[in-house]
Amino acid sequence: MTDLAVPGKSAAVVWFTGRRAALGLALLALALLPLWMPGSYYVNIASQILFYAVFALAIDVLLGYGGLVSLGHAGVFGITCYTVAVALGAGYGHVAAILLGIGVTLAGMAVYAVVALRATGIGFLMITLALGQILWGLAYRWISVTNGDNGLSLASRPAPFGLSLASANAFYYATLVVFLLSLALAAVFVHSPFGAALRGTRDQPARMNALGFNVFLVRFLACLFSGLLTALAGILFVYYNQFISPQALALTASAEVVLMVISGGAGTLLGPIVGAALVVIMKNVASAYIVRWNFLLGAIFVAIVVFVPEGLVPGSVRLWRWARRPRGKSGGKAAP
Amino acid sequence: MNQNLILAINSITLGGLLFLLSAGFSLIFGLMRIPNLTHGSLFMLGAYLGVTFAVWYGLNFWVAAVLAALVVAAFGGVIERFLLRRLAGNQLAQVLVTLGIAFMIADFCLMVWTGDPITVETPRQFVGVVRAGDLVFPIYRLVIILIACLFAAALWLLLDRTRLGAMIRASVDDPQMARVVGIRVSRLFTLVFCLGAALAGFAGVIGAPILSVYPGLDFDMLPLALVVVILGGTGSLLGSFLGSFVISFLYNYGQAHFPELAYFVLFLPMVIMMLVRPQGLFGRVAP
Repeated sequence: MTDLAVPGKSAAVVWFTGRRAALGLALLALALLPLWMPGSYYVNIASQILFYAVFALAIDVLLGYGGLVSLGHAGVFGITCYTVAVALGAGYGHVAAILLGIGVTLAGMAVYAVVALRATGIGFLMITLALGQILWGLAYRWISVTNGDNGLSLASRPAPFGLSLASANAFYYATLVVFLLSLALAAVFVHSPFGAALRGTRDQPARMNALGFNVFLVRFLACLFSGLLTALAGILFVYYNQFISPQALALTASAEVVLMVISGGAGTLLGPIVGAALVVIMKNVASAYIVRWNFLLGAIFVAIVVFVPEGLVPGSVRLWRWARRPRGKSGGKAAP
Repeated sequence: MNQNLILAINSITLGGLLFLLSAGFSLIFGLMRIPNLTHGSLFMLGAYLGVTFAVWYGLNFWVAAVLAALVVAAFGGVIERFLLRRLAGNQLAQVLVTLGIAFMIADFCLMVWTGDPITVETPRQFVGVVRAGDLVFPIYRLVIILIACLFAAALWLLLDRTRLGAMIRASVDDPQMARVVGIRVSRLFTLVFCLGAALAGFAGVIGAPILSVYPGLDFDMLPLALVVVILGGTGSLLGSFLGSFVISFLYNYGQAHFPELAYFVLFLPMVIMMLVRPQGLFGRVAP
């Protein structure tokens, strides 16, 4: 609790401790990742972790900061992926397809939010679940546009500024840039006065209303921001796989991302990233040994909710605080 | 035969099944405020169990249906007692646990009954059709409609005309006050959960000759039940009843006339309802 400047050390040393040092090291490790990873298979997994982390951040903005659990986000994600794929198939360039993907997703998210925000809490969850399934059904059945179960393929990845993203390493760096951008956006968003207002609507909607905040508008804008992050993740996903099928819109996909947020810790920025890493690694490792990933996913879901309900990041912070708690009979300061 | 008439009969049949499914869902939601996301899975589990009892063990279809309903009810009771009860008051956790269990059931069924769809024969005594003038009705579909109506009447009597029903309604309205006057609310929770599960499992079995049983049946049925409850209002039997038929008509006609947009057709009534009357047709505004 008293982590103030330690006397006798220079300001620079104090600045370069704790969180900042960890952040710097993490950034360095991410920037140099292709160098210390044993092969492109692992670099690809790192790319997956990063774009799923962006997706998880999108859910976390609503779930952790807004108290709104969306179980249909894979549907929104799917809107982006299909828009990009269809636009590319229709002969548009990559820039146009990406912009179109973001635009259509935001428009879709606006409709999604207006419908779902008529309810909060469990009602919101049920409506988003139904909306997500409807979007899945659309992708599955609207064969003339989506090619149904066979999905759509993308001919190529884009080459921004003439740099081809075809290789694993190049794509990883592109993903890293988008990830850092999204993380920065999310950090600015949740620490802004607007983020505080959003947390206010989560905890005390009636009081926020009394204070003159338009609770619906705050939530609606948060949904749009979440839609933007979802679109960014979707664009990375569809270019990473160069393929999109209704599988990506299934309820399992939505639930996987919610699991990332819950397991890592909702309402934190680090939690969804840790959760994304956990789920993606587990999925890749588990699928090498067992066929039953969904069973494991369900079991992890149940176990985490029952045993570590606050998520791994806040959970380990709690354990860390507990381990470092002052010891003494009267609860006073530990002897130096 | 007139295509519209076939569609209408199919819609009413599906509506009957949907009612059995969504009535339990709506009751559980009304009583415990848990959207039980395992409900579609209980439907599928019931269907698989019924098929197993009827085809593999050669039991009478109806005996198999009741047996499957009982097993599913017991399973529901276990979920309620040992998982949901531990998380009382934490709705989000309860939802996520039911979702996790739904995935586990789906994978379990895939493991035991493989991925191939199983078709079920119509029970022998109900094969055939009834003719009325130019109109032809398949008997089994009429039987399902009849069963759904019987269950609707029985549930209404149970909830509206018995002491148990009064206790359930009291616990829905004000669980704390109900406890004060000596109603064992938590026991009622388990009972209602088992009842809802049994209805879902039973619907799964009697629906099997029409829908067949296949992996993914669970998440085909769950959104339909959700939309029914959103439309009809939670905790309302009448809402589930009417909502089931509206949704099944829309779904069947949508599939026949706009096969590519069948799911999207479901979206419209939901949007209109959310915009006009967010609590649903017969739902009450949450306190």
